[in-house]
Amino acid sequence: MTATRTAATSGISRAWRSAYMRYLVEPYLYVGPAVAMIALVMLVPLVIGISYSFQSITLLKPFETGWIGLENYATLWRDAKFWLALENTFWWTLSSLTFQFALGLGLALLLNTQFYGKRLFQALVFLPWAVPTFLSALTWAWLFNPVIGPLPHWMAALGILSEPYNILGDPDLAMWGPVAANVWFGVPFFAITLLAALQSIPGELYEAAEIDGASAWQVFTKITLPFLAPMIAITVMLRTIWIANFADLIFVMTGGGPANATQILSTYVFTTAFRKLDFGYASAIAVALLGLLMVYAVLLLAIRRRFVKI
Amino acid sequence: MSAIRRPSPVLTFGKYAALAFYLIFALFPLYWLVKISITPDQLVFTEGTALWPSETTLGNFRTVIFHTDFLAYFGNSLIVSLGTAAATTLIAAGAGYAFSRFNFGGKRVIIALMLVTQMFPLLMIIAPIYKIVAAMGLLNSLTSLIVVYTAFNVPFATFLMQSFFDGIPKDLEEAAMMDGCTRFQALRKVIFPLTLPGLGATLGFVFTAAWSELLFALMLISRNEAMTFPVGLLTFVSKFSVDWGQMMAAGVLALIPSCLFFIFIQRYLVQGLTSGAVKG
Amino acid sequence: MARLQLTNVAKRYGNVEVLRDINLDIADGEFIVLVGPSGCGKSTLLRMIAGLEPISDGDFLIDGERMNDIRPRDRDIAMVFQSYALYPHMDVARNMGFSMEIRGAATAERTSRVAEAGRALGLDKLLERLPKALSGGQRQRVAMGRAIVRDPRAFLFDEPLSNLDAALRVEMRLEIARLHQRLGTTMVYVTHDQVEALTLADRIVVLNGGIIQQVGSPLELYERPANRFVAQFIGSPTMNVVAAAPDGASAVRLASGARILLPNHSGAGRAAELGIRPEHVDVVEPGTGDLDAVADVIEHLGSDTNVYTVVEGLGPIMARVRGNVPARSGDRLGLRIRPEHAHLFARDGRALAATGA
Repeated sequence: MTATRTAATSGISRAWRSAYMRYLVEPYLYVGPAVAMIALVMLVPLVIGISYSFQSITLLKPFETGWIGLENYATLWRDAKFWLALENTFWWTLSSLTFQFALGLGLALLLNTQFYGKRLFQALVFLPWAVPTFLSALTWAWLFNPVIGPLPHWMAALGILSEPYNILGDPDLAMWGPVAANVWFGVPFFAITLLAALQSIPGELYEAAEIDGASAWQVFTKITLPFLAPMIAITVMLRTIWIANFADLIFVMTGGGPANATQILSTYVFTTAFRKLDFGYASAIAVALLGLLMVYAVLLLAIRRRFVKI
Repeated sequence: MSAIRRPSPVLTFGKYAALAFYLIFALFPLYWLVKISITPDQLVFTEGTALWPSETTLGNFRTVIFHTDFLAYFGNSLIVSLGTAAATTLIAAGAGYAFSRFNFGGKRVIIALMLVTQMFPLLMIIAPIYKIVAAMGLLNSLTSLIVVYTAFNVPFATFLMQSFFDGIPKDLEEAAMMDGCTRFQALRKVIFPLTLPGLGATLGFVFTAAWSELLFALMLISRNEAMTFPVGLLTFVSKFSVDWGQMMAAGVLALIPSCLFFIFIQRYLVQGLTSGAVKG
Repeated sequence: MARLQLTNVAKRYGNVEVLRDINLDIADGEFIVLVGPSGCGKSTLLRMIAGLEPISDGDFLIDGERMNDIRPRDRDIAMVFQSYALYPHMDVARNMGFSMEIRGAATAERTSRVAEAGRALGLDKLLERLPKALSGGQRQRVAMGRAIVRDPRAFLFDEPLSNLDAALRVEMRLEIARLHQRLGTTMVYVTHDQVEALTLADRIVVLNGGIIQQVGSPLELYERPANRFVAQFIGSPTMNVVAAAPDGASAVRLASGARILLPNHSGAGRAAELGIRPEHVDVVEPGTGDLDAVADVIEHLGSDTNVYTVVEGLGPIMARVRGNVPARSGDRLGLRIRPEHAHLFARDGRALAATGA
């Protein structure tokens, strides 16, 4: 008995000690905790979340829990608020992205030139990125408040508003509040990624272009932009998804109001889960959002493959 | 010499005007936050929109710190953020090292899964997470927040750490192993000292992210004594929406740790935001 | 002091075989150079000896003890890396003493050994510097010092000189040769530079495509290459190789029509190619040699002259002549092949034995 056990143990330990085995097993020890963490806290809940969308789970009505097939989706299809939120998501994402990109590209081009005090300047203009999102939201909400914020008064003085009032309470204009906060918060991200791409363009290319007699504008359109294109494509795609999912600013500034004028899909998911505790319906909205984003990503990748050669 | 193109005065003026615009755009909201926070209560309504108050005070800060629960919220946030940063960095350092140094079966799948977690709406899992945490009896516990935040941040932090490890030649730990180190000794004595800046940057990024998180904290924490700073501030705002000065003083306090870490990680911003280029 | 034995060693990455049938017996104190073109597997073989790469098949023994599953740290072998791999956060002294530090040697012993090695390598004034404050040559010395201090059973060098400029390379090559004379320790050295191989090695191992082509002393490889690959890889300038057909038992006929008599060569009857080193081609008056050629480029090196010629119907042939040749591009020349130095290769590239050598 003892003899066989010793033999078996030493066989295992010899196999374990063999260089080849160690080589095979080692990486999994390093990567294991990360994989376990992601699997348990993100992927498993993701699957559960998708399954919720086929169930009735409302914490306020514990006796109506159960599988209901596609009923949540049928409700969704008839839900005017969902379609409004979808439209708002589109405008929220498009306007935020456009301004973030335009201002971010401008800033990146500026930072790619030389000027006195550049390091300090860079640190200061990137500061909004470090401001916690809830605080960005509150700060901008306060700026739009006519009691303590200057913006309504300035806009009235410029003739944009008839009188200084809070645009966050105006269904026609409310969306611009969170968009402004989002642009303020998001410009540094675009500037940094585009700056990194700009700095990776070899300097010889510019020198060669100058020797070839290219004007500044020609250099920009013939060298800079083509080189930036792949980075722009990937950044815009990832950023679109990120902004569409980004609920914090709107939730804090307007809560989706007034009259759902700023309700986007992700805030709709959150308020349905958080305020109504209707987890089934919230999950159905979330799955719809996920589906839309996936369609978008596939489309963009296809377009990219067609037009960007690098 | 004169053949070299010099920028025209108009262009130069335009450039500095643009620099000024960006500077004002970035800093004005923060300036306003600080300005209101040091305006005495009685002046807020009369001078709320003036560029500088006729009198200043630190009274709002005193009230916020000594007569509200903000110090407790601050402490909770600090525990959660530091806990998350430490756990995430440790786990991500392991995974980043494996990605940087080994080729192993399933590596591509794992990387793809990590990328996927950066794409799907995190709010999709807010309901399941709530039910799981509730079932485990961990609602209102800071531990549950740390676990959840750690999982959220591990993928990004892993890509970040991987890029730092990629910058350290593999030869170094091989040389250490030839010199008689086990792989673990090589990590501790050679690789670890060289990754310190990377570890610091990762800690900073994750700390900032955890410090900002609002929605999951709102869902999982409802008891006042367990609230993190964002949840506490939001509750404060909805309850006492006339105490402008105090709210903004609290806001300034919330800004301090983020800004400290920001100064610290500034140098690594480009590397951080471009590695994986997936997170804001 | 160590004897290294590799028996039927192979290395596979998945289905790709990068080394196969490696059999090598390295005697104690021998200086072995592994040489071959990039991608031939020479560095992989060295890393397998070091223990940094697992061995897929076969056995590797040090002094009769099987090492396949022994960790690098327990093999008692030192290695000098191509990149030097100096620890950037440690000063020179700590870099050199690191292995003793890991093994828990007493500080006093470590300090004296580091100082000794530092003196031997001319690093004694630099011991407190960080690697970033050193020049390329100094870094190289530190890397060697790190290997010396620990007094290992064997030294491994992975292209240690390839990052140095030409003058330093010669200097360090001599330094390594001196080191081997002084220590007498077994050394395995990887390079793609055949000059390093010829000058340093007791025996050279020529690798190509993951297979050992030939093992032998520098002179053996130069005089009796086992095949066409070795013949063209060893020796500078490269050996001329032209197509040849048997013409009788002791002569071959070249494509230009020339008949070369090889009285002492038994392989002439099976020859497919003839090889002749440039230094074994003489330049003579037109019409008096074996071949008639037209000079293409003349390189004057002072002590020697490289004469690049084109032979009609045969292609380019190069001659290396002692001293100066007053020829110019476009001149007609005669070329004479010294038959005792001619090499013959069979259709598969294998060398045909020359008798009388």
